[in-house]
Amino acid sequence: MKIFYTTCLLLLSLSFRASATIWKVGKQQNIYSIQQAIDMSKNGDTILVDAGIYFGKNITVNKSIVLKGINHPRLDGEKKYEIISVKANYVIVDGFKLQHSGSSGMDDLAAIKIYNSRDVVIRNNILDDNFFGIYTQYGTNCTIANNQIHAAGNAELQNGNGIHCWKSDSMRIIANKVSGHRDGIYFEFVTNSIIWRNISENNIRYGLHFMFSHNNAYISNIFSHNGAGVAVMYTHGMKMYNNIFEESWGDAAFGLLMKDISDSYIRGNRFIRNTSGIYMEGSSRIVMEKNIFQNNGWAIKMQGSCDDNTVLYNNFSGNTFDISTNSELVLNLFNNNYWDKYEGYDLNRDGKGDVPYRPVSLYSMIIDKNPATAILFRSMIVTLMDKSEKVFPSMIPVDLQDKFPHMKPFPL
Amino acid sequence: MKKIIKYVILDILRNKIVMSYTVFLLIISFSIFNLEDTAGKGLLSLLNIVLIIVPLVSIIFSTIYIYNSAEFIELMVSQPIKRKTLWLSIFVGLAGSMSLAFFIGAGIPILLFEFSATGITMIATGILLSIIFVAIALLASVCTRDKAKGIGVAILLWFYFSVLFDGLVLFILFQFSDYPIEKFMISVSALNPIDLARVLIILKMDVSVMLGYTGAVFQDFFGSQWGVIIAGIVLSAWAAVPLLLSLGKFNRKDL
Amino acid sequence: MIIASNVSKKFGKMKVLDNVSAACNKSQCIALIGPNGSGKTTFIKCLLGMVVPGSGFITFNEKNIIHDWRYRANIGYMPQIGRYPDNMTIAQVLDMLKDIRKSKSQQLDEDLINEFNLPALMNKRMSTLSGGTRQKVSASLAFLFNPDVLILDEPTAGLDPLSAEILKEKITTEKKKGKLILITSHVLSDLDDMITEVMYMQDGSLRFHKSFEELRSDTGEQKLSKAIAQVMKNN
Repeated sequence: MKIFYTTCLLLLSLSFRASATIWKVGKQQNIYSIQQAIDMSKNGDTILVDAGIYFGKNITVNKSIVLKGINHPRLDGEKKYEIISVKANYVIVDGFKLQHSGSSGMDDLAAIKIYNSRDVVIRNNILDDNFFGIYTQYGTNCTIANNQIHAAGNAELQNGNGIHCWKSDSMRIIANKVSGHRDGIYFEFVTNSIIWRNISENNIRYGLHFMFSHNNAYISNIFSHNGAGVAVMYTHGMKMYNNIFEESWGDAAFGLLMKDISDSYIRGNRFIRNTSGIYMEGSSRIVMEKNIFQNNGWAIKMQGSCDDNTVLYNNFSGNTFDISTNSELVLNLFNNNYWDKYEGYDLNRDGKGDVPYRPVSLYSMIIDKNPATAILFRSMIVTLMDKSEKVFPSMIPVDLQDKFPHMKPFPL
Repeated sequence: MKKIIKYVILDILRNKIVMSYTVFLLIISFSIFNLEDTAGKGLLSLLNIVLIIVPLVSIIFSTIYIYNSAEFIELMVSQPIKRKTLWLSIFVGLAGSMSLAFFIGAGIPILLFEFSATGITMIATGILLSIIFVAIALLASVCTRDKAKGIGVAILLWFYFSVLFDGLVLFILFQFSDYPIEKFMISVSALNPIDLARVLIILKMDVSVMLGYTGAVFQDFFGSQWGVIIAGIVLSAWAAVPLLLSLGKFNRKDL
Repeated sequence: MIIASNVSKKFGKMKVLDNVSAACNKSQCIALIGPNGSGKTTFIKCLLGMVVPGSGFITFNEKNIIHDWRYRANIGYMPQIGRYPDNMTIAQVLDMLKDIRKSKSQQLDEDLINEFNLPALMNKRMSTLSGGTRQKVSASLAFLFNPDVLILDEPTAGLDPLSAEILKEKITTEKKKGKLILITSHVLSDLDDMITEVMYMQDGSLRFHKSFEELRSDTGEQKLSKAIAQVMKNN
């Protein structure tokens, strides 16, 4: 009996399979318009689009179908239209080249926009010169993978974000390459999502931007040459693992900017050659472990509004200033790190220095108050002031110290 | 003139101090580059040598040399030689040997370990600072007859240029912290060759810190071709003006 | 040959030379005499251009020396205290000066070098030399380039009698060649045989400048020392 039912079910499913149709669109095919193919198709069908250029005005995908391009057919929005609107669940958009979406101050026109759908997959597309790249609103469990998204960004207002998710949940953003947009990847009210192995570079504002987005993780991404690498704001429960933040240069440039975030982990990241590696304010209960801070202007700028943060087992080397703060009150813990500027000794050979290290220099506080004093940088008087302040602290927060500074860098 | 330069340089070479200075710089430079983990950190330590040791040695050695050469100068002045020739020869001899000592002692290690824009800027400014402080030493020693007083003046001048001046700058910066005085600070830095040299080097070295608003102002000026040319002219003036003043004084000096 | 007109010089507030005018001509051998601090050395240094007069001027062969330096090629100068670069040897000093001063037509006069037996000391550093040996080097240098004018500041001071004699003979020889020789000395007895003129300075001013003969007849003394003593007494 059991076997009979199983066989029936199998046959039933096979018959569904068999009923799925493949529609071909192209100059050599009977159908020239993608929208026409979509209109004729039903759930579960596949539409194959031949290479070529298509001016579709707007393509609305309102059925659960696979839309697949062969050799990247070009869909052109003529700088007026949203190119693809996904308004159904289980849609796959694969292998297109989308260009010249419209731009508008009123609507957030995008190359591909997912409306209120779940389990949509957008993959292997090339996006060039669009206002927004891939836009999700009320999306659930969608995957955005392997897309190359590029815009010739020059001003914040003329460019949207590369990947933009709003009020979505359980998203997977994997192995995309975003450049030249306002924010490379933007999350607002997005939860339980993962951002993995993306490269976000040369974006005007942030490589990756979180607003009010809780319990997300971003892992093994590369953020380079952005206005700021990553900005995390008004968020809790972030996991930031094994990312590279590099080459964020400029007046207000940071590798990682954290504003009002809490209960998060920063582990195994590399902050290299940024004006500031990390800038944080109003943030609490963040654990920073085993990161590398190298050749930054400031490794960490921790404002006085931060508390209960822990900085452990990190390597600080080649930074102009290690830590700067604007408060004398110390509510954070800095222990067991390696600081290349540490000049102490280790008599008992336990690998930890016998005198504490004070990572805040007087001059970094002065320069914070009065930026014009940058002109005295590395002058003898500044060196003298710093050295004497290290011996007899009067202005720097006395308690901001690493009690067990490591003598050798950690093998990270 | 060539002949006198030759004798001045021979004389300086016979003096072991310049040799020891060269060897000292060599040892320091090589050990810095070998001990520090990165060449960048080595450059940082060398920066202090360039900004502190080079002016100090140049000004003190030259002052003492002038006083110790009183006999030579006296002998030469009674010979059919123009005073101008004599004085310029002494300057060329001193400036040449101090720059050469710096180039061999610090320049070659820098070229070997850190052949970069920063390294080359450092060599160029080091040589310029050597020349500038020889010129200042010439002025200081032609103005004071007494050797002890002259050396004292030289040390004070060095102290002024390396510490006091920056102290004054810091004071001014805090007095006028509410005003946008970044541009003004550029012209102030021209008043001290050590500061000017330092800014030129750190703009190449600590690009990260110099990228704030203040840094941007400096970068705009010193980073541009004109900025570098103007800085070069100002540094040359720092060598030329004391030299010409001292020459005028020496021409009228009673020996 | 050398004419000083109204030369004055102050060191600070102290007047060292006060309106000194003098003319020195070829074939003269002039003794410049005066008490300590009377301005003799300063006057000599003015002639050499080592000290720049505050007012007045000096001509050498009718050319103002203030804008000239070539005239010094015609002067051999032996300073009161010969000071030389400490770490040079005698040979090096000689070579250096020859190198700087020598012109092709010039005949070097190395008589004194040989007579003082300097070749044996050639490799000694100047700093190791005794005062007398230094004087020998100074003297040799003054005569080395066969100059038309010799200015000798205390030439025999510190020399042993034998060397002093050698030097005096040399001066006499050169005088006979028609050179102008200007000597200051406190050892007046040395000067008796060679001088033709006497300049007497006191407190920075030139009290008189007359021929030795005239001085002798004025004072009735044969010896220069006696004659000068008489002058000083009368003042």
